Amino acid sequence: MRIPATFIAALSLFALTAGGAAAQEKSLLVQSTTSTANSGLYDYLLPIFEKKTGIKVNIVAVGTGQAIKNASNCDGDVLLVHARPAEEKFVAEGFGIERRDVMYNDFIIVGPAGDPAGVSGMKDVEAALAKIAAANAPFVSRGDDSGTDKKEKALWKAADVDVKSASGSWYRESGSGMGATLNTAVGMGAYTLSDRATWLSFANKGDFDIVVEGDDDLFNQYGVIRVDPAHCPSVKQAEGAAFMDWLLSPEGQAAIAGFTVGGKQLFFPNARP
Amino acid sequence: MSDFEQAFALALRLLFSFDPALIEIVALSLKVSLSALFLAGLIGLPFGAAVAVTRFPGRGGVIILLNAMMGLPPVVIGLLVYMLLSRAGPLGVLGLLYTPAAMIIAQTILIAPIIAALTWQVVESLEGEYSELFRSMRVPFHRRVPTLLFDARFSLMTVMLAGFGRAVAEVGAVMIVGGNIDHLTRVMTTAIALETAKGDLAQALALGFVLVLIAITVNGAVIVIRQAARRRAYA
Repeated sequence: MRIPATFIAALSLFALTAGGAAAQEKSLLVQSTTSTANSGLYDYLLPIFEKKTGIKVNIVAVGTGQAIKNASNCDGDVLLVHARPAEEKFVAEGFGIERRDVMYNDFIIVGPAGDPAGVSGMKDVEAALAKIAAANAPFVSRGDDSGTDKKEKALWKAADVDVKSASGSWYRESGSGMGATLNTAVGMGAYTLSDRATWLSFANKGDFDIVVEGDDDLFNQYGVIRVDPAHCPSVKQAEGAAFMDWLLSPEGQAAIAGFTVGGKQLFFPNARP
Repeated sequence: MSDFEQAFALALRLLFSFDPALIEIVALSLKVSLSALFLAGLIGLPFGAAVAVTRFPGRGGVIILLNAMMGLPPVVIGLLVYMLLSRAGPLGVLGLLYTPAAMIIAQTILIAPIIAALTWQVVESLEGEYSELFRSMRVPFHRRVPTLLFDARFSLMTVMLAGFGRAVAEVGAVMIVGGNIDHLTRVMTTAIALETAKGDLAQALALGFVLVLIAITVNGAVIVIRQAARRRAYA
């Protein structure tokens, strides 16, 4: 009996110390898109901000759709995502105070070296998508209502391709994040739409490369919104404002521009003063 | 193939460099899953034993429900706990979402039915042997459950191990209610999911090897404890 008793005592100690460890220090919670987290942007930015202000920033990185949903449940103080119409709806419905542009980069289409649809080097993204559809070449979609997914659906619509009816054949919806979708695309030799930041910092590229880039329609704007305390009384107003103001300040914007992966800048600041 | 070798080398390097980031997530994994195990044991052991020794209307239904709940997908429990603990949910005022406490709650709900159902099975077979003795000695009900639990303690250690294994291996629930926040709620399984999403498969697999090593260590420790205790008990 002695040994189990010590074992149980040790377990109780674990149980007692487990909760509320981070309650004392100043902190805020950001509901974020995944690309900014997976690319390492936050690992670069947050220490700068935390050193300056002493405020700890906690990041929950999920798809834009889920991030907006979580923030409208008041489970976050700041929202950083990339789907402008959904962001404006969030503010219009009274969940957010105001939406500000913070930075941009662009989307790209990546595909296997063999390029079965022959789209490599094309500039016109709608024409390239139409060609992929005509060739019945496999294409993996996020299918998760993220910012990238919303963008992709809009591009198919512009290209006048009905992907719904092709779902399950050449058009395959992975229903998961950008990284998982890239893994899937590489695994099955399929094309996919990705934001450039996630792609550049992605480590499992296989023989894949960028096949379509540079179209104005592939512009990818990131926006930042503070959650409205009138709707969510639990929101950490001061900390949220401090973080958003810093991101939009010349100092924060310079920090965003200073983040590179393999010598390449991933996000381009464009906050209007 | 080189991914495997790379992952193996990376796992060894991670382990022997005592990487502080790795130690942090391993410690949190153990803290969360052992706390959940403790709470689930507190609930599941007496509940399972009580179901084994009592006869009441609807008992069959309770047993079926317990057994069925062993198969609950972690992601469903994660969703349930998210909806409870969300600021918009009924327990939102507690501010527990995205904390280790939320992860402990989710894992407790996940494994308490497993511990209860397995305890019921272990104790029921033991009760068959003991029931005559209990009756002849006029042992009151409230003494029967602790006695059976105590005498079944070696089998129940395996039951607890099954619960721990399920808790420490799941990713669906802790991802939703913990949020995989760096230095706050990141555990082994969510870190593996993150590295996979980054396409860093070698790093992800290396973390997987470390997780397996932890499982082996915990299981090994319990077996050693059990054998030592058994020697003492039956010496």
